[in-house]
Amino acid sequence: MRSLLPILSVVAAIVAIWYAGAVWMNSQWTLDQAARAGQSLSLREVVADTMVQERPKLPAPHQVAAELWQTTVEKTVTSKRSLVYHGWITLSATLLGFAIGTGLGIVLAIGIVLNRAMDMSVMPWAIASQTVPILAIAPMIIVVLNSVGVTGLLPKAVISAYLSFFPVVVGMVSGLRSPDAMQMDLMRTWNASRAQVFWRLRLPASLPYLFTSLKVGVAASLVGAIVGELPTGAVAGLGARLLAGSYYGQTVQIWSALIGAAILAALMVGAIGLVQRTTLRRLGMDR
Amino acid sequence: MIWLLFAALFWAGALALNVRLSRGAAGRGVRLLVPAIFGLTIVVVWEAVVRGLAVPGVILPAPTAIAVRFAASLPVLWDDFVQTFVKGALSGYAIGCGAAVAVAIMIDRSPFLRRGLLPVGNFVAALPIIGTAPILVMWFGFDWQSKAAVVVAMVFFPMLVNTVQGLAAAGAMQRDLMRTYSASYWQTLLKLRLPAAMPFIFNGLKIATTLALIGAIVAEFFGSPTRGMGFRISTEVGRLALDMVWAEIVVAALAGSAFYGAVALLEKGVTFWHPSQRR
Repeated sequence: MRSLLPILSVVAAIVAIWYAGAVWMNSQWTLDQAARAGQSLSLREVVADTMVQERPKLPAPHQVAAELWQTTVEKTVTSKRSLVYHGWITLSATLLGFAIGTGLGIVLAIGIVLNRAMDMSVMPWAIASQTVPILAIAPMIIVVLNSVGVTGLLPKAVISAYLSFFPVVVGMVSGLRSPDAMQMDLMRTWNASRAQVFWRLRLPASLPYLFTSLKVGVAASLVGAIVGELPTGAVAGLGARLLAGSYYGQTVQIWSALIGAAILAALMVGAIGLVQRTTLRRLGMDR
Repeated sequence: MIWLLFAALFWAGALALNVRLSRGAAGRGVRLLVPAIFGLTIVVVWEAVVRGLAVPGVILPAPTAIAVRFAASLPVLWDDFVQTFVKGALSGYAIGCGAAVAVAIMIDRSPFLRRGLLPVGNFVAALPIIGTAPILVMWFGFDWQSKAAVVVAMVFFPMLVNTVQGLAAAGAMQRDLMRTYSASYWQTLLKLRLPAAMPFIFNGLKIATTLALIGAIVAEFFGSPTRGMGFRISTEVGRLALDMVWAEIVVAALAGSAFYGAVALLEKGVTFWHPSQRR
């Protein structure tokens, strides 16, 4: 709570800069309009006009907030103009992909830890693949899966899964390896089998690492789902709202989709944080 | 059928070889050889399966087809590489990382700002910043300036958070020692705190390499001049020329790995004193 005041003041400063930027960037249009109509505007009128433009270069925060309110609360959820509808489409693809990616990632990590040949052949590639801009192949995956008849949720989920896969593998491998020599020796003195060492020592010890990489992975999944919506030609979802907004110059719509995505990401990361805290507390691992 | 049989045999042979190699003593050569065999196996099996099942090129082109296309369109690929990587990603990377380090040094002087900005920065670093691409393309036009702006927005916060953490890394004892030398703020910063922050700064720089390339490529999906890796990928996908798309992906992978490798090499030279670099 000690840092609440600094955080609030930083957020307030960001909003203030945002308003100043809105005035600065939108005033050009206002002045042009006034010059064309042969009017001269006072500073006050200019500032007032920059706040209420239909297609501003940078919408003022309250415009975005109003748009968010209109498209989430005032529209029915099933309406195509509701941000909740689009958010849900993106969220379902994200969650499906995240589940697939995490599941496969954990399985591969277990394989890597238990099998030395797999470790030596796969692990360098898993690390190297982090340096490759995986997102660039998103359009190809979408189009190829479409051409073999897979449409809808699954292509987006594949991209999400791919993006969340590697953080989970890398984090889970270092987690499963985290028990130190002393703990392994203790298990040996108890004559524990490999399976017992795995279930009673390695798996619990890996959980803090797993949760950290889950947070990275879920954020990456959301990015994957949003980018996956771009090449299908703006049908539905937050990515489609972004693309449609940029086609038609609907800046307020872009910003509200962006803030919607940010809220979604924050909620998912927060939810994982909550699970993490309760799980680790029940295991007695919280500090 | 023969191709499929060949794929299965090659897979089994390589697997057996790898298992054998990894049982023995793990020298430096073996540690490089095993993943190389694994990678080669995947490429060979891919080629054999594509040929054996006669997979059409619009679904999955064979590696040889990709290599042929790669060699045939080198000028185009080079042009795209310059547009996206050198102009978009590198300039944005330099501006974004430079600005983040400068801001981190500034806010480091004020504990109030640090307490306020760090949680906000951590929060923003987890957001889908890539979504700002359409807005920035609208502001800065279609050419590389907007791509550089997207890259700046993407790398700034991870870099800021890492640098601020790094500046706090110098120990209290070391700072006290600097005070007993009656070192000024700038002397302490340049001779103690920045060098001590280098492992954190390089961690941020390495994360930012991937983000920079992703940002520059994805920003081109929202509008670009008629060259660039993202532009080429999205248009060639539309024409179902997947061998060209794969060639472009090879370029992206090579550029990304080389960029990361260069930063990692630099790190090795700068932070030679750090425990993680010692042998």
